[in-house]
Amino acid sequence: MIRLATEGEGFKPPSAKDFVLPPIFGDNAFTTKPIFLVFLSVILISTFFILAARKAAVVPSKLQYAGESVYGFVRDNLAKDVIGHEFMRFVPYLFTLFTFILVNNIFGIVPMLQFPTMSRVSFPYVLAIITFFVFHYVGVRKQGAFKYIKEIMFMPGVPKAAYILITPLELLTFFLVRPLTLSLRLFANMFAGHLLLLVFILGGEHLLQGVIGLKLISPFAFFIGIVLTFFEFMVQCLQAYIFTLLSALYIAGALADEH
Amino acid sequence: MITLAAGEEINPLVPHTAEIIVGFIAFTLLFLVLRSKVVPMFERAFAARTEAIQGGIEKAERAQREAQAALTEYQSQLNSARGEAQAIRESARVEGAALLEQMRAKAQEEAARITAAASAAIEAERTAAVVSLRNEVGSLAIELANRIVGESLDDQARQSRIVDRFLDELESQKK
Repeated sequence: MIRLATEGEGFKPPSAKDFVLPPIFGDNAFTTKPIFLVFLSVILISTFFILAARKAAVVPSKLQYAGESVYGFVRDNLAKDVIGHEFMRFVPYLFTLFTFILVNNIFGIVPMLQFPTMSRVSFPYVLAIITFFVFHYVGVRKQGAFKYIKEIMFMPGVPKAAYILITPLELLTFFLVRPLTLSLRLFANMFAGHLLLLVFILGGEHLLQGVIGLKLISPFAFFIGIVLTFFEFMVQCLQAYIFTLLSALYIAGALADEH
Repeated sequence: MITLAAGEEINPLVPHTAEIIVGFIAFTLLFLVLRSKVVPMFERAFAARTEAIQGGIEKAERAQREAQAALTEYQSQLNSARGEAQAIRESARVEGAALLEQMRAKAQEEAARITAAASAAIEAERTAAVVSLRNEVGSLAIELANRIVGESLDDQARQSRIVDRFLDELESQKK
């Protein structure tokens, strides 16, 4: 709709405005495309994994094998390798996190949907806040509130004078930097990636409407757009992995007696 | 469109209330579904698989142990059978040798006995032959002499004397 509005008045480069999609039904803020996409992802992920896991057969079907591969990846490579022997408690959380982010990211390049939900900063915020509470809760439960805070503020094995510098930094790291970087990394990657695709594809479209010389250039713009789509797919998977990995690392750190 | 009034600046870092609420709800929903319906099932499949593999390995190990035991038993049986055969052969050989020796002795004894009987018979025959020969030779000689000399020797007494003398001569000649 924005694209239509820009017609006839020269090419307007895509901007942050392209990420603000109007509600589909009237003024209801709960009927925007990102919100539908989030619910769609929940339905897709649930359906796929329930069907895949339904039989729990020793010799898996192709579907079960596919589901198990994803689950096994999160369970063994993310949870088990990072957290250690207590990993099983966190597998459901990390599994949900990974699949949720992955599917919502990939929506960015799925034809017809083509919008990465995580480029709306609210969703990464939500996920980062959940991880924030999970790992602090785990730390407090494991070591007791006082000891946990003390360990964060006064890292053992550091000269006393260094605490002047380290204590504020550590507090900042644990209570502000971690959730902020976690959410902003995901958001910025998805935001920038989508913007990049918009630039090349809308640009190509615009060139096509220009004079004959510009028309000849437009295939290159589309070609780069397609190459970038593959690149985006990689970034989308990578970001889902990184978010989950860091969450697991934070949990592991809170579980460890000394960090 | 409504939110995009001209010139309005949009800060993409400012969260949206509706989205935050939906984000929480959707994530929680997904978490509950995956935790209750998916994770336990996959874990069950993994456990069953591990068990199946372990069971298979144990079964194979048991079979191997059994095969090993059977082989050992078979070999020991074979060895004892070999020993037994050896013993039987040995005893048969000894027995055979003894039997042969016995037979040989018996045969020799028999041969000796036969030889002795034969020589005794021969001796008896010879004696009988000598006796009968002596009588016959006597009468033949007399008859011959009678034929040659004629009636002169009819006298019984003379006849007998002549014969005796002749035989004595013969005997002495022989010696």
